[in-house]
Amino acid sequence: MSATRPRPSRIGDALAQVGACGLFLFQLIGAIPKSLRHIKETIRQVWFVGAMSLVIIMTCGLFVGMVLGLQLYDVLSRFGSAAMSGTVVALALYRELGPVVTALLFAGRAGTSITAEIGLMRATDQLAAMEMMAVDPLAYVATPRFLAGIVAMPLLVCVFNALAILGAHVVCVTWLGLDNGTFWSNMTTNVDVWTDVVNGVWKSAAFGAVVALIAVFQGYTTPPTSEGVAYATTRTVVFSSIAVLALDFVMTAFLT
Amino acid sequence: MSAANAPERTDALVQVRGLSTELNGKTIFDRLDLDVPRGKITAIMGPSGTGKTTLLRHITGQLMPDAGEIRVDGHNVPTLARGELFDLREKIGYLFQNSALLTDFTVFENVAFPLRQHLKLPEEILRNIVLTKLQAVGLRGAAELMPSELSGGMARRVALARAIVRDPMLILYDEPFVGLDPIALNQILKLIRTLNDTLGITSILVAHEFAAVGRAADHVYLIAGGKVAAQGTPAELARGESDWTRQFFGGEADGPVPFQYPARDYAADLGFPPSGRTERAR
Ligand SMILES: Nc1ncnc2c1ncn2[C@@H]1O[C@H](COP(=O)(O)OP(=O)(O)OP(=O)(O)O)[C@@H](O)[C@H]1O
Ligand SMILES: [Mg+2]
Repeated sequence: MSATRPRPSRIGDALAQVGACGLFLFQLIGAIPKSLRHIKETIRQVWFVGAMSLVIIMTCGLFVGMVLGLQLYDVLSRFGSAAMSGTVVALALYRELGPVVTALLFAGRAGTSITAEIGLMRATDQLAAMEMMAVDPLAYVATPRFLAGIVAMPLLVCVFNALAILGAHVVCVTWLGLDNGTFWSNMTTNVDVWTDVVNGVWKSAAFGAVVALIAVFQGYTTPPTSEGVAYATTRTVVFSSIAVLALDFVMTAFLT
Repeated sequence: MSAANAPERTDALVQVRGLSTELNGKTIFDRLDLDVPRGKITAIMGPSGTGKTTLLRHITGQLMPDAGEIRVDGHNVPTLARGELFDLREKIGYLFQNSALLTDFTVFENVAFPLRQHLKLPEEILRNIVLTKLQAVGLRGAAELMPSELSGGMARRVALARAIVRDPMLILYDEPFVGLDPIALNQILKLIRTLNDTLGITSILVAHEFAAVGRAADHVYLIAGGKVAAQGTPAELARGESDWTRQFFGGEADGPVPFQYPARDYAADLGFPPSGRTERAR
């Protein structure tokens, strides 16, 4: 029995998981044409993972923006450039914080529930039942959630950024007395759509893919037990956090 | 007894030859041969853990055997590519031992699922088909419930409705009578018989209730020890001509079918000295 219980991961196990996950990615991509037949399911999943994470992402966005506003206003006023606070907040958000923080929240909120949901479907033979009804669970269950992650993440990042800038505005303008016009005009002149905003969108789509891939993979391959599902859920958060931060470094190095 | 049925069974929808399987080092099947004639109800019986569910999983290609041939409607299942296997499965209904309803969908949508996925039917026709099948299992009124709101016996009947919704050529029932009250059992029994008689559907019925099997099945295989231990019509088996049938249908603990899962010495397992010496010490 002990053979079926997931052991505490060692380096070899972890590497094997990475390899299996990579193969799984190809299977998912291969199943995309078939999953277009279930396009409604993909749309339902976008709505589902998006709506599920919306409240937490709005709340966290607001607070992150307020903290950034406070810190940067304080630091920048030492150099006499408090007027640039809004600009620096926006740059930090678009280029780094928006995608990364949203991806981490997305992993904790949507990723875990994707893993648990698919894991339970495996444990209760629902995936086997689909196979028996000649419906490929890879195309019907796994790929729609994977695609949903790619689509939903950039949208969530936009919401996060908007709320964060609102938070920074509240702190800098309403509270600390920065001029409203200065706040906005500095921002619009110094933020570049292509290098700052669009790169951030690429990043968030990539993060969405990574988090959704890991979540779906963990759920799909979990041992069909309650313990197995519990482990898989934990692994989703741990692995996708690491993967997001590592990928962030790589993408930043190449994109800038 | 098998000789009498032999010519009829040349037209077998499912033909198993030399099937051998090992799971976790335990031999489940040892060169098993078995035929399921077209348009008949064939029952598979045997002690718990003997591999009845495993056999159904082999027949539907969910599990690959170590050796042997499994022909379903002429196709050798273990060699089929995934696409061909899916084409074959479209013609097969499967009732899971644990029902395996999709928990996200209502009862209605569960039964409608195979239709929606494969056929582009107008909503009205689809509705009629689904409600007819639900009526047949006595659950038309439960169409809008979620699976979590069903009792075990109700879930089995919904799963049964889902298995038959496309009028497949072959239906595999894994313990359809579990959790059914006598009234429901009777109705389901009749339903299985009717599907067989009116639509000519071939059925494989795994069940433990010999009385029910006796009324439904045309032929019974008793599987034990990885092989067919006995076979024949229910009446022939009920006469109990071999040790296997006598023990199995008499429900005795001692005989060729072990009640215990293979284990080491009982006394030693409980921490006593091996049983022989304890007796002498007393
Ligand atoms: N996934 C698996 N891995 C290893 N062994 C398995 C697996 N599934 C089943 N087995 C073993 O195979 C044997 C047959 O199991 P199976 O489920 O086919 O029995 P069964 O005849 O359907 O029993 P029951 O009447 O209780 O449903 C059992 O001894 C079981 O321990
Ligand atoms: Mg079984």
